[in-house]
Amino acid sequence: MTHTAASPRPATPPASPQDSTPGDEGFGVYVHWPFCLSKCPYCDFNSRPGNPTDQAPWRRALIAEMDAQAARLDDRPRPLTSLFFGGGTPSLMEPETVACVIEHARALWPAAPDLEVTLEANPASIDPARLAALRDAGVSRLSVGVQSLDDEALVALGRCHTVQDSLNALETATSLFDRVSLDLIYARPGQSVESWAEELKRVLALKPSHLSLYQLTVEPGTPLFRRIVRGELDLPDEDTATDLFLITRQMLAEGGLPAYEVSNHARPDHACRHNMVTWRGGDYLGLGPGAHGRLSAPAGPLATVAHADPEQWLAAVTSGAGGLAEATALTIEDRAREMVMTGLRLAEGISESRLRRLTGLGFEDVIDPDGLALAADEGLVVARGDGLAVTETGVLLLNTVTAALLSA
Amino acid sequence: MSDLSHIRNFAIIAHIDHGKSTLADRLIQLCGNVEDRDMKEQLLDSMDLERERGITIKAQTVRLNYTSPSDGRTYQLNLMDTPGHVDFAYEVSRSLAACEGSLLVVDASQGVEAQTLANVYQAIDAGHEIIPVLNKIDLPAAEPERVKQQIEDVIGLDTSDSVGISAKTGLHVDQVLEALVHRLPPPKGNLEAPLQALLVDSWYDSYLGVITLVRVREGVVRKGMRLRMMATGAVHLVDKVGIFTPKMVETDSLSAGEMGFIMSGIKSVADCQIGDTLTDERNPAATPLPGFKPSVPVVWCGLFPVDTSDFEALRDSLAKLRLNDSSFEYQADTSAALGFGFRCGFLGLLHMEIIQERLEREFDLDLITTAPSVVYRLYMTDGVMSELHNPADMPDPAKIDHMEEPWVKATIMVPDDYLGQVLALCTERRGIQLDLTYAGNRAMAVYKLPLNEIVFDFYDRLKSISRGYASFDYEMSEYQESDLVRISILVNAEPVDALSFIAHRSQAEYRGRQICARLKDLIPRHLFKIPIQAAIGGRVIARETIAAMRKDVTAKCYGGDITRKKKLLEKQKAGKKRMRQFGKVEIPQTAFISALRMNDE
Repeated sequence: MTHTAASPRPATPPASPQDSTPGDEGFGVYVHWPFCLSKCPYCDFNSRPGNPTDQAPWRRALIAEMDAQAARLDDRPRPLTSLFFGGGTPSLMEPETVACVIEHARALWPAAPDLEVTLEANPASIDPARLAALRDAGVSRLSVGVQSLDDEALVALGRCHTVQDSLNALETATSLFDRVSLDLIYARPGQSVESWAEELKRVLALKPSHLSLYQLTVEPGTPLFRRIVRGELDLPDEDTATDLFLITRQMLAEGGLPAYEVSNHARPDHACRHNMVTWRGGDYLGLGPGAHGRLSAPAGPLATVAHADPEQWLAAVTSGAGGLAEATALTIEDRAREMVMTGLRLAEGISESRLRRLTGLGFEDVIDPDGLALAADEGLVVARGDGLAVTETGVLLLNTVTAALLSA
Repeated sequence: MSDLSHIRNFAIIAHIDHGKSTLADRLIQLCGNVEDRDMKEQLLDSMDLERERGITIKAQTVRLNYTSPSDGRTYQLNLMDTPGHVDFAYEVSRSLAACEGSLLVVDASQGVEAQTLANVYQAIDAGHEIIPVLNKIDLPAAEPERVKQQIEDVIGLDTSDSVGISAKTGLHVDQVLEALVHRLPPPKGNLEAPLQALLVDSWYDSYLGVITLVRVREGVVRKGMRLRMMATGAVHLVDKVGIFTPKMVETDSLSAGEMGFIMSGIKSVADCQIGDTLTDERNPAATPLPGFKPSVPVVWCGLFPVDTSDFEALRDSLAKLRLNDSSFEYQADTSAALGFGFRCGFLGLLHMEIIQERLEREFDLDLITTAPSVVYRLYMTDGVMSELHNPADMPDPAKIDHMEEPWVKATIMVPDDYLGQVLALCTERRGIQLDLTYAGNRAMAVYKLPLNEIVFDFYDRLKSISRGYASFDYEMSEYQESDLVRISILVNAEPVDALSFIAHRSQAEYRGRQICARLKDLIPRHLFKIPIQAAIGGRVIARETIAAMRKDVTAKCYGGDITRKKKLLEKQKAGKKRMRQFGKVEIPQTAFISALRMNDE
C-alpha cells in the first residue's frame, strides 16, 4: 500500500487545540446507503439486504434532500471539507449516483482545498472497473471493511468475504486512491492478546495510512447478542479487553499511526476529515435513510434524524415532505456538551477557544468543576493548550470521565 | 337466648397455595352469590398485591345462603377470610374469635405445614369445631391417607369424617357445605342483650371512609345508633350497616351471631383497633369482649425517598396508608447517608414488605429501605431503660450496662432429608432446641431463636437449604440479656450509617466479612480503588477492596451515535438518582438491602 510521500513530521500526537483556527472544525455531508448484500450478525446499523435496481429515484431524492437541508443552514460561509458515503454498503451505489451527489454538493458549497470524499467499500463488492468509475466520479478516499486478517474470524463475524478478497481489494484500492483506510474489528470472542498482536503485525505490514480499529461491541437485538446471552460465545473480559486496547495503541504508535481518536489511527495528515468534522463539532448534513445530522440553523443548532425505513424515506422525500423524521432544536448548552463529549475522544482534546467560537460558551458553562477536579486528581485528564484532553489512562475510562465532566 | 340455629360462622385455615382462595371461590359460586360472568379468581382478595402474592392481608367476610338438600332448611353461612401469615397472628386470632368453626384445608400431596399448624392451634384455642378438608385429591401425587394420618399425628384431629375435594374442579365441594351445616355449632347470643360486637378488621375506602368488619356477639346494631369503641373510647354514629355477598349490600341491622360491616363516619382506622368491642352508647355492655391487645411493631427499618424532594410525598403516603393499617408506626428520621426519611415499625417481615410494595406501587414512590432491625432494650449505667429501634442511634457502649434482645419461639416442619441442615442453621443462628418430634417422614423442630437472627435472611436460607420443603412459623416470646455489638461499615473510610447493624458478638466477625464481600460485588468499580471495612468501634474486623475500573470506553462514536451516546449519558445520570454519594463513592440503593440479606448464593 502506498501513502502520501514520507512525511518529514514525526509520529507525535496531533497539534494541540490552541492551534484552533476559525473554520478548522470543517463542514461535511454524510450520505447513508442502507443496502448490503447481506446483514452481518454484529451489525445494528441501519442496513438491510438488497440493492435498488433503478437508482434514478434515489439520486433525485438525495439531491432534493441536500437542497432542503442546505436551506435550513444559517448563512455563515461553509467550505465543504468532507463528503462521506457510508452504510450499509455504499460501494453498491452506482458511480453515477455518487457522481451526482458530489457534483451537487460542490455546486452548493465551495470546496475546501483539502476536500475529502470517502466511500466505504466491502471487499466482496469491489471490482477494479467499478472502483475506477467511483474515483472518476470524485471519490478520493476509500475505507475498506477488512474486519480481520483471519478467515475463521471472518466466518465467525458472518462476513461474506475472505482475507484474500480483502487483500485483492486493497491492492486495487491503493492502485486507484491515495488515501485508503482499513476497518478492523478486535476483542472478538475468544481472541487472545498474542493472536491480535500477530494479526496487527500483518496489518502494519500492509503499510496502511489510516486504520479504524473497533473493539467488538455487542448491541442488543443483534444475533451476536443473542448468542452471547445464550452463553455460546464469550467476549474477552474487562482485563483482556484493556490489554487488547493498550497493545493496539502501543503497536500502532510504534508503527507510525498513533491514535488520533479512541479507535482511529493515522499517519500524520491522514486523519479522516469527516470524522474530524463530527468530533470537533462542525456541521454535517445527514442524507439518506436513518442518517443523523447536526445543523447550525439561524434559530440555533438542530439535531436531525432521517426516516430509517428506506421506502419511507424515499417516499417522504419524493412527496416533498422531506426525509427527516426528527429535527430537534438543541439548546446551545446541549450542543456544547456534545462537543465536549466528542472532543474528548480526540487525542488533541477539546479546544475551549473553538467551543467558545461555535457556541459562545466556555468550559465553566458546561464542565462540572467537581467532576473535573476528580478526573484531574486521578490523572485522567490534562489541560492541553487552551483545552482539555484525556491521558493514556483517561482514554480507557472515557465514558466515566465524560460522565464526571458533564455531571452538572 | 335467641334462635340462631340457622347461622354458621366459619373460617378457612390453609397454607399458602393449598387452595383456600379457590375453595372460597367455589363455595361462593355454589351458593349462587356470583354470576359466572363476574367470576374472577380469588374473589375475596381485592388488592392487586393480595392476588399476586396469593396472600390475604385484610380480613373479609361473605354471607352465603345455602339450602341443604338433606333437611331442606336454608342456612346463613358467614365465611371469614383471614389473613394467612404469621406477621398477622393477632389479626388471625381475632378473625377466628368471630367464628365457631373452621375448615382446615390441607393439600393432599403436600401435607401439613408449619403455618397451618400455628393457625389451627389458634382455632383450637378459640374453641373451634374443625373440619379437615383434603384438597387437590384429583392430583396424581395426592396421598390422602398419609396426609390424614399426619393430621392425626401432628394436630391430633380425628380425620375419619374429613372431606376429600378438588377445589379447582369443584369435586365434592357440596359435601363441604353439608359438613358445615351439620357439624359446626350455631353461634350463641341474645338479641335483647346490650350490644357487643367484635371489631375484626377495618380499612379505609376513599369514597366511603372507614369500614369496619364486625361480628355481633350480643344484641343488635342498627343504623342511627351511637357506637362506643370500648378500648379507644371513640363514639361514632352508625351511617350504614350491611353484609358482603361479596358485594357490599346494606341491611337494616346486624344481629347477634351475624357478621357484616358498619360505616360510621370514622376518618381514621387508628380509632378502630382490631379486637376492640363496639357497644351501644345508650345501653352499653358491662364488659368488653376478651382478648383485645394493642398491636406492637417488632421489626423496624428506615424508609427514605430515592429522590430527596419526595420526602413530603412519602409523609403523605405513610399517613394515607396508616388510615388503612394502624398496625404500623412511623416517625421522622434522618440519616447522614440517606437524608430525610422515616423509621417505620411493622408486625413482621412480610408486613414490612407489603407496606414497602404498596408505597412504591400505589403511591408511585421510589424508596431506599435500610436493613430491618428488631427492638433492643438498653439498660444504661444510670439505671434508665430505653428501646433502640435503629442501630445508628446506639449510644456509647461505655454508658450501657447491658442490652436485651427479643427472642421468638419458632416451629419448623421439614422432611427428614433436610433436617440435618435445618438444625445446623438453627444452631448457627444461636437457636436453642425446645422440641423435636416426627410425624411420618416429616420432622417438627421447635426452637427458641433471637428475632434478630430471623429478620436478616433466616427464611431465605431455610427455603434454600430445604429446597422449599421446610415451612416456618414463629411467635414472639421474651427479651433476654445478650452480648450485642454494633458493627459499622466504612466505604472508602467514610462510615455509612444506613449500613450499620447490631449483632451478637460471636457473629460479628462472620457478618462483617460477609457484608464486606457482598458490598464488593454491589458497588460498581470506580475510577479509584475503594476499601470497604467492617468495624466495631475503632477496631476493623473485616476488609475488602474494590479494584479501580480499568476500561469503559465506547469503541465507536459516529454521527448517529452521538445521540445514542448522549442518551447513555443521560441514563447514567438518571441512574445516579438511584445512587447515594458517600464522599467520592456512589453506592447503588439496592446495596442497602442486598448487603444485609446474607444469602450464601
